[in-house]
Amino acid sequence: MLRFVVRRLLQLIPVVFIIVTLTFFMLRAAPGGPFTAEKAVSPEVLRNLEAHYGLDQPVWKQYLTYLGHLARGDLGPSYKYTNRTINEIIAGKLPTSLELGGLALGIALLVGLPLGVLAAVKRNTWIDYLCSICGLVGICVPPFVLGPLLALVFGIYLHWFDVSGWEYAGDRVLPSVTLGFAYAAYLMRLARSGMLEVLHLDFIRTARAKGAGEARLVFHHALRGGLLPVVSYLGPAIAGLLTGSFILETVFQIPGLGREFVTSASNRDYTLVLGLVVLYTVFIVVMNLVVDVVQVWLNPRLRFE
Amino acid sequence: MSATTVLAPEPVEAGLSPWTDAWQRLRRNRLAVFGAGMLAVLAVACLLGPLLLHLSYEDQDLALGATAPSARHWLGTDTLGRDLLVRILYGGRISLGVALCATLVALGIGVLYGAVAGYAGGRLDGFMMRVVDIIYALPFTVFVILLTVFFGRNIVLLFVAIGAVEWLTMARIVRAQVQALRKMEFIEAARSLGFGSRRIILHHMIPNVLGPVIVYTTLTIPAVMLLEAALSFLGLGVQPPMSSWGTLIKDGAEKMEEYWWLLVFPGALFSLTLFSLNFLGDGLRDALDVRSARD
Repeated sequence: MLRFVVRRLLQLIPVVFIIVTLTFFMLRAAPGGPFTAEKAVSPEVLRNLEAHYGLDQPVWKQYLTYLGHLARGDLGPSYKYTNRTINEIIAGKLPTSLELGGLALGIALLVGLPLGVLAAVKRNTWIDYLCSICGLVGICVPPFVLGPLLALVFGIYLHWFDVSGWEYAGDRVLPSVTLGFAYAAYLMRLARSGMLEVLHLDFIRTARAKGAGEARLVFHHALRGGLLPVVSYLGPAIAGLLTGSFILETVFQIPGLGREFVTSASNRDYTLVLGLVVLYTVFIVVMNLVVDVVQVWLNPRLRFE
Repeated sequence: MSATTVLAPEPVEAGLSPWTDAWQRLRRNRLAVFGAGMLAVLAVACLLGPLLLHLSYEDQDLALGATAPSARHWLGTDTLGRDLLVRILYGGRISLGVALCATLVALGIGVLYGAVAGYAGGRLDGFMMRVVDIIYALPFTVFVILLTVFFGRNIVLLFVAIGAVEWLTMARIVRAQVQALRKMEFIEAARSLGFGSRRIILHHMIPNVLGPVIVYTTLTIPAVMLLEAALSFLGLGVQPPMSSWGTLIKDGAEKMEEYWWLLVFPGALFSLTLFSLNFLGDGLRDALDVRSARD
């Protein structure tokens, strides 16, 4: 297993390299630069600025310099936030985004999994139907509709929560519920169908014939196999949480990295965009690795290869 | 409906073509039929509605301003006094149009890529699918955002970018199907009967790949609509004065404190469309008996 993990982590290097290269040259190929938007910058000032950040050098040289810094874990200075490095910006805002994503994932797992298992065990009862309806809403009402609606009802009409900011514990409720709900609904559907499939298998019948109680049947025998589809979905789900954070941080005005990414792209803050892309790539590859390890642990028929 | 389905007592000899069989199964699925009907109504409304309502999406009535739903403006008006219903119908044209075009792009790339990989097999296949795996694992929405920010917010680019992201699953499905088919006995039989590869591909391969492709195409459309709406919501997609459902929802979310209808109606219609597409897709999957793509 250790070999598997190490090899996958080594694969990260070419992946990050390709992504950085693609993004770097895409940014340079696009019209406009970090200082074009600013008003009344005289040509000399512009030249000084560009010289200061090394933007006056040939592109290939800038590229090599960037790679050199990146290899040492230095993501460079920001072009828009003067006197701040990308590392500082990420260190400052990443916890907020991680907290939002973690809370949402927690809600999705804590709500989605038990309900899905319950719906499968109590198939064709009102519990099952209620879960189906929730699942439906989760799939058809995307976060950017649900978020404002929840803000309207619970924030503006009922005054239970603030509709923007990230200061108090209460501020966390609406964004993380909104983001978590969509994934809870999906996980529930997966858990339900996975459990149903397993509950029909022969070994469950054998266990039942040997007198295993319903609870033991579900938790001891069926759960492990039934949750496999859920685990394989977690990789894409985590990537989706990331995109979701762009939207929710905009809806609820949360000072996190997602919103920063969208603004930095519009501002053409090259280093910030690049730094965030690197961060996202590493994050997703590592999370996929974790998901793969969990999958093998749940299903010994798979082997680390 | 029951009059046509009383086919059972007939001698079995007649047999049903797989497509007739699938069609009958689909018609018995109420949710799928509802979805298909709803989509038809929406499409007709978006295409013809604006012509009948004698209002343009840019007709303003500043003196009127934002008004709640009334007999004259069924869904109310926005802050510039524009009729919301008309704007939703025009927005639907853009949303559905972008969704269709982007899906076609995804379909084209995915089918071609998957078919080549599946048919070639061996090392080329291994390499091509490895590439798909790697791309799968990347935050590709990030790239769509970068593309739309940097290369102008133009609508053609928008659906090319979305299509370029959504083709991966299609490629996987087509490849798996083609690979499985190549080893099937009836293909071998056709080959040993001396049919050329043209006939084998046209008469035996394509009809068998078509099922999963149709199903997955139907399920890609809502995914694409979601992505387009999300981009428009972030202000990166469709630009004013054009509006898609995503931009209408964005405007509505900004003004919901005073004018709830600006958020609720576009949101509801968007959700209804996603609902219809998903159920039509699920129904088609059951009818065509396609195994789940996620495994």
